[in-house]
This record gives sequence, structure tokens and C-alpha cells, in this order.
Amino acid sequence: MLVNQFLILGAVLFCIGVYGVLARRNGVLVLMSIELILNAVNINLIALGALQGPEAAVTGQVFSLFVITIAAAEVGVGLAIVLLIYRNRTTVDLDEVDLMKG
Amino acid sequence: MLENIWVVPGLTFASFWLILFFGKRLPKGGAEIGIAAVGLAFVLSSVAVVEWNDRPATEEVEAVSTGEHGEAEAHGSEPDAHEEAEDEHSFGEVRALAVDLAAAEAGEGEAGEHEAEPIRSAVERNLTWFSFGGVDITVGTAVDGLTVILLFTVTLISLLVHVFSTNYMHGDVRFTYFFAALSLFTTGMLLLVVSSSLLQALFGWELMGLCSFMLIGHWWEKKPNSDAAMKAFLTTRTGDIGLLVGLVIMFFAAGQTFDIAAVNEAALTGAMGETVLLVGASALFVGVIGKSAQFPLHTWLPDAMAGPTPVSALIHAATMVVAGVYLVARLYGVFWTAFDIEAGGVNPIAVIGGITVLIAAALAFVQTDIKKVLAYSTVSQLGYMVMALGVGAWTAAIFHLFTHAFFKGLLFLGAGSVSHAVHSFEMRDDMGGLRKFMPTTFVTFMIGSLALAGVFPLAGFWSKDEILLGAAENGYRLFEVVGLIGAFMTAAYMTRCVYLTFFGSYRGHGHPHESPPPITVPLIILAVFSVGAGLLNAPGFEKFFELTENRVFLLAGIEHHSFEIVPAVVSSVVVLAALALGGLLFFAGRLPRGVTARSRAARAGYRLLANKYYLDHLYTGVVVGSIKGPIARAAYWANQKVIDGVVNGVGVASTRAGLWVYRHIDQRVVDGAVNGAGFGAEGFGGILRTIQTGRVQQYGALLFGATAVLALGLVIFV
Amino acid sequence: MLAQNLSFAVLATVATVAALRVVSTRNVVHAALYLVVVLASVGALYVLLAAEFVAAVQILIYIGAIVVLFLFGIMLTRPTIGSEHGLDNDQRWMAGVTGLLLLGLLSFVLVDGFGDRQLPRLDGMSREALTAERGTAAVADSIFSTYLVPFEAVSILLLAALVGAIVLARRD
Repeated sequence: MLVNQFLILGAVLFCIGVYGVLARRNGVLVLMSIELILNAVNINLIALGALQGPEAAVTGQVFSLFVITIAAAEVGVGLAIVLLIYRNRTTVDLDEVDLMKG
Repeated sequence: MLENIWVVPGLTFASFWLILFFGKRLPKGGAEIGIAAVGLAFVLSSVAVVEWNDRPATEEVEAVSTGEHGEAEAHGSEPDAHEEAEDEHSFGEVRALAVDLAAAEAGEGEAGEHEAEPIRSAVERNLTWFSFGGVDITVGTAVDGLTVILLFTVTLISLLVHVFSTNYMHGDVRFTYFFAALSLFTTGMLLLVVSSSLLQALFGWELMGLCSFMLIGHWWEKKPNSDAAMKAFLTTRTGDIGLLVGLVIMFFAAGQTFDIAAVNEAALTGAMGETVLLVGASALFVGVIGKSAQFPLHTWLPDAMAGPTPVSALIHAATMVVAGVYLVARLYGVFWTAFDIEAGGVNPIAVIGGITVLIAAALAFVQTDIKKVLAYSTVSQLGYMVMALGVGAWTAAIFHLFTHAFFKGLLFLGAGSVSHAVHSFEMRDDMGGLRKFMPTTFVTFMIGSLALAGVFPLAGFWSKDEILLGAAENGYRLFEVVGLIGAFMTAAYMTRCVYLTFFGSYRGHGHPHESPPPITVPLIILAVFSVGAGLLNAPGFEKFFELTENRVFLLAGIEHHSFEIVPAVVSSVVVLAALALGGLLFFAGRLPRGVTARSRAARAGYRLLANKYYLDHLYTGVVVGSIKGPIARAAYWANQKVIDGVVNGVGVASTRAGLWVYRHIDQRVVDGAVNGAGFGAEGFGGILRTIQTGRVQQYGALLFGATAVLALGLVIFV
Repeated sequence: MLAQNLSFAVLATVATVAALRVVSTRNVVHAALYLVVVLASVGALYVLLAAEFVAAVQILIYIGAIVVLFLFGIMLTRPTIGSEHGLDNDQRWMAGVTGLLLLGLLSFVLVDGFGDRQLPRLDGMSREALTAERGTAAVADSIFSTYLVPFEAVSILLLAALVGAIVLARRD
């Protein structure tokens, strides 16, 4: 298998995630897109780790574990914030959260 | 002493200040300081005379050929032993140059008929006061025969007046100030006499003007006295305009120096232009006319008799009024060349002098106040001195100044003594027959009168005779005649004066008695001088001439004529005739009575004389009145309408211009630019503001987009 | 070889399609479910890369906890159940362009960088050797020795996130 397969797959997922972050209206959907991005990163990490021998592979795995952990933490806090926004404005439409409009 | 002659005016100046500060506390009210100072000054002046006499005559000066301009042919030798001159004159160098020029020639000038006798050279001492623009203003003393003679005279008269005043002014309300002013006045005259530069001389001149104002107006509580003081001051001030103009012209014409010797030298050697010299000399002479009471500015002197008699004796007989004569004598090189006195005929100086002699003598006849008679007599005698200078009889003029000081001073002090006894100056009403009551005063007054009239062998005879001789010999026959007529009139009005005062019966109401010694002793001393002073220039002795002969005299080639018997006899005859006439009219009682009542012409003539030729009316009425009235009003109108109009107009125009600038430029342009900048910034900001939507996703989009583009750029180009 | 490539192709396709559906579906719940599909296929890909532990963690944590969290979040923040007026905002075209641009860029870079490099073949190794080399035990060893500090830091991060989420979300 070419390493590029995995890397390009990672790039594709990343770009889809970027599109989702920029284009989706719902806050929760934005968070989901961020998960996509993080997964893409994980794929990269593991694939590149596997490319370079046992220690690198292990390091790759370790780091992807960390990324998963951090993703979990981030989702928790992020959803808490979305909940708060929902409580204040009865909507999670990000287009309507524009108090900082100049 | 000659080098330190500045001590003499310094003494009297110091005494002025001392009297001012300490006089009131002293027992005699300050008079002690004054007398001590002037006495010491007199002693030092006498020492100066002796030293001058002992000075060897070593300077040889050849007459300058005044026919051609610009060629100086003078040569001389330096005084060898005495090196008093601390500042070399410019003409020292001229002399050295001229030696080469004249070396080829035989050394005889063209103008001089005399051989050049060696003279005493002047003792000069100068120091630079300040300098500006390359010009040095010096102050210093220049002592020669003329200086020492005048120092002697002035200090002597001043001393005698001081002594006289201790008794005359006793109990006066401003006794101390009087003595202070006397000291200051003496300082002024001494300063004028010793100064080597015209500027310094001007100081002394003006100082005397100020002091004469103070002294004439001594009893200023009475309005006539303060009026007289004002009149004296303003009239001499009018003359001083000419003096200042002349001084400045001389400064520039003589090559930017005020030094008197340099000015004379420049004038005599033709270094000054002819017109410049004429204008400058005329201007200076105007000052002399004012100060020495010549026609037409003589009107102040009779009115100045309102001051105390010692003041009249000092100022108006012996000192201040002769300042003008002294100035002409000092700057004689200038006047000699400017008015071409050598040529004979007529010249302005002689004419003015001659007119003054006659009109003043005429006025002396109609006065009833003894001091007024003496005042007009003084004016007339000043006319003699000026006339003498005008006809080229330099030594005669100085000699007459010298002798006149003594007998006129004597006459004034005598009048003071008389008034002290009868408490009045009116001859007609309050005097008469006083010879019985006041013998000393009578005798001295008689001596003074005879000296004034010019009776042999008293002082006046010698000096007046020399003037007439000079006039005749120098080609001024007309003025010789004028002089003779003047002598006649002098003798006549003095006879009238003496008769009315001392002879006849006493017409007053008091008990006249002889005056105490402080008054009579000066009279006696002056009488002695009136008798003996004339012999100083007697034929064979001629000491006065020898003492006063100076550089200018020789450079100009002025001739000195010794005594000749014929003119002397002629003038004596004239004088004796006048005395005889006077005796006839008054003593013998043959004065025609009621002449003015009968004859229209006589009445008109009397009125003309009584109104002093209406000159006072002319001055106060016409000149001053027109200035106070129409001219002042015209000046006021011009000031208000024209000058103020321009100023106000400028102000209004500026205000309008400022307003226009404010409205159009400041408000529109400047503020427009400023506001425009503000609006521009606001608009631009408004445009930029739309980017900030507050939406995070938009920001994110921008971020990612920019990153993508940048990365693309990085990949492509790097 | 063939089996791996085939598996990879299937898994990659599934993941891509599911991801596209996540960002384009109109239904939020459907998006969450598609996300589950993506995560599962990514987990399978980990297995393909001989990272079983990470695959297990991926399934457990991501699908088991995070997606559940998402579903709770969706549940709590939906004003109505059903579809709303479109879930895409106005800048989707710009976002699309950006995404494509990024994709192109990344692809180019990757191809340019890694070219034809092959992953090392693990066929010849025995199971024990493989496990000892890059198995769970090896990962655990690495975490607790070399990367202990990051581990602890992440723990504290989790704690902070936990506390923060509670603080933020509680009603008071």
C-alpha cells in the first residue's frame, strides 16, 4: 500500500471537514465537522508512524490517542457552550450569533 | 597745574554736591563750602596763570595761505622739553608732512606780514570716553593763554560774588540752594573754558543755561521772576538750536572729530568745503547770538534782572553772556575762514555786533531801573566784543571781555549795594544824592562808570581803543564809526545813571547807610582791577597779547596792532564830549523839560524805546501766539483727521480682511480639509466595518481562504 | 496485498461518502449517524495499519462517547424536530472553493513529497513479534515512560474540560 493513499484520504477528510466548519449553520454540525478534521489528523499520524518503523509507529499511535482524548474534551466543552447559546437565544444558528458585528 | 586743570571745575562741582547734601546743617548755610571751593579754585587758577607765563614759547607756527584751498603750508617745531600732551593730535602728522612740502620754499607764508614768533603751545590732555563706528569721542582739557585768563577772571568774579552774597542774600528763604546753584554755574563756565572738545563745551554751555534759569528764577514765588527765567531759558534755547546744528556740521566737516584744535586746523587749512563751513559757522553764530544776547535775541537779558543782583553780576556781566564770545574766540579759525574776515568791508558777525551796540545803548537811555541800565549796557558791550571779533581784532575782543568783567561786575555789585541800602532799584523814585550816605559805594561806582565809558587811564579805555584801532586798520572803517558812536552813547547814559543815583537830593523814604564789609570789600577789589587791568596790554608791555597769542591766531595770520596815539586821542575826545554833554544836561540842570509833551516825533521815539522796539510784542505776540493758536489747531486737525484717520483706516481694513479670511479660508478651506479628512476616515471605516459581521464562520472562511492562497503561493514560488 | 488494497478502497470510499453526507444532509440526526459511519471506517483503517489499540479506543470513545454526546446535544438544542430551513449558510460556495483549493494544494504537496513510498510490509512477522513491537503493551509502555508528562497534561486537560463543561452548562 502506498502511504500516499492514507495521506490523501486524510487530506480529503480534512477538506471535507473544513467545508463543513465553514458552511454549516448549526453549531453542533460545526463540531461534528471538527471531529472529521481531527480524524483526518489521526489517520495521518498513524500512517506516517507506520511508515517509519516500530518506535515511530508506537509514537504515532500514542499521539493519536492523545488527539482522541483532546477531541473528547473539546466536544464536551463545545457542546456545553452550544447549550448555553441555545439557552440564551433559543437557537443554535451561528448566523444569528453576531453580537460582535461592527 | 596746567596738566591737572580739570581740578578747578572739579572743585566747584564737588562743592555743589556738598552744599546740596550738607549745606543746611552748617552754621553759615553752605556758604563756607562754596567760598572755600571757589577760593581754592581761584588760587589754583592764579597758579595756572603763573605757570603759563613761565612756560617757554617754543612753538613756531607759520601762517596758512588762505587764498588757495587745500594746500597747507604750515610748519613748526615740536615743543621740546614739555611733554604734557598725552594724546597726539592729527595735525602733528600734518605738520610733519608739511615740513617736507615747505622745505623747498623759503619758509615764508604769503599772508603774514609779521615774522612768525614762537608761541607757547597749548597743554592738552585727553582721554577717550567712548568710541563707536571707528569714531572716538574724547573728553579732556586744553589749556592755553585764553583759558588761563578766563579761569582767572571767572574764579575771581565768582569768589567776590560769593562773598557779596553772604551778606546780600542773608535770611533768604533758599540761601543754601542759591550757593549750590552758584557753585554749579561756576562749574559749567569753567568746564566750557577748559574743554578740548566741542561736545564737552556743549555740556558746560547747557549747564550754564540750566543754572541761569535756576538763579534768575530764584524768587519764583512772584510770577514776573519765573516768567523772566523762562524767557531767558527759552531765548537761549532758541539760539542753541543753531549751536547744535553747527556743532554737528563741524563734527562731520572736520573729519568726524569734536576736538576744537582739529576743527580749527581743518577750517584754516581749507579741508572743509566752503559752503559747509559757511553754514556751520552761521549756525554756531546763531547760538552765540542767543547766549551772548545779540540782536535779535537780546530780549532776555534785561528781563533777567529779576534775579538777585549777585546773580546779575556773575552771570550777566562776567561769565555766562561772554560764553558766546568765548566760543567764537575759541573756534576763531572757523569764523575767520567762513566769513572771510580778512577781507574787510562787512561780515555778519560785525554787523550783528554793531547793531547790538547801538540799539542797546539807545535803550539804556530810557530806563528808570538801575539794573536795567546796566543790563542794556552789558548788551551793548557784548556787541562791542562780537563786533571786535567780526573785524578781526581777536586780542582786542578778549581783552575787552577781560576788562569788562571787572568793571561791569563792579557796577552790578555797586547797584546791589545801593539797593541793599534803599531797598529798591528805581533811580527816579527812590534814589538820589546817595554819595553822602554811601561814600565807598559811590567812589567805586564812579570808577566803574569811568572805566566803562573808556576814560584814560582806566581799563575800558585800553580795551575799547584796541577794538576801534583794529576796526580801522583791518579795513572796517564803518564799524570804527559805529564804535565811536557807541562810546559816545555809553558815556552819556552812564552819566545819567550816576547822576540819578548819587547826585541831587534824596527822593526816597528810608535811611540809607553804607553797606557792611562783605559787600564793600569786593567792590574795592574790583575797583582796583578796573583801574589796573588795562595796563596789562599797555604799549610796550603788551603782556596780555603775549599770553593769549595762540596757534589759531598765528595760523590765520591775524594781525595785532599796537597802540597808536591818534585814534586814541580821537576816542578820548568823543568820550569827554559825551561826559561834558551829560554833565551839562544833568548836573547843570539844563535837561530840556517836556520835550515828549511838545514834539510828536520825540513822543514816538520815546515810545519806541520804551517798548524796546516792540521786539517783545513780536516774539510773544506774533511768533508764540501764532504757534499757540492757528498752527496748534492746524496740527491738531492734521493729527486727528489725517494721522488718526490713516491709523484707524488701517485698523478697519485689517479687521475686514481678517473677517474675510476667516469666513472663506479658515472656515471653508481649512476646516473643510479637516472635516473632510474626518468624514473620509469615517466613510472608509464604515466600509471596512461591514467585514466584521460577528459571525465566526465568516472569519474562519477568510482565515482558511487566506491561508490556502498563501500556501499556494508558497508552493508555487518557493 | 490485494486484500489490503481492496479493503482500503472500500473503507476509503465509505468514509468519504459518509463524510460528504455529514456536511450536506439537511437532518442533524442523520449527520450524526453518518458521522458514526465515518468514525467506524476510520477505525477499520487503523486496524489495517496495525494499530489495534487506537482502533479500539476510536470505537469506544469516539462512537461510544462523543457521538452520544453529540446526540444529547442535538436533542437539547433542537427547537423543533424535523428539518429547518437549510443547514448551510450563505458562504458555502466560498467554503467549497476554499476546501477544493486546500485539497488540491495538499494533494499536490503529498504527491510531490511522498511520491511512491510504500508502507513496510508486515506479512513476514509473527503475531507475537508484531504485538511486542507495536501492540497495546508497547503503546502503554511508551505512554507511561517516554510520554508520561504529556499524558499527565492531557489528564489535567480532561479534568479541566470536565469541570468547565459542568460549570458552563449547569443552571443556576
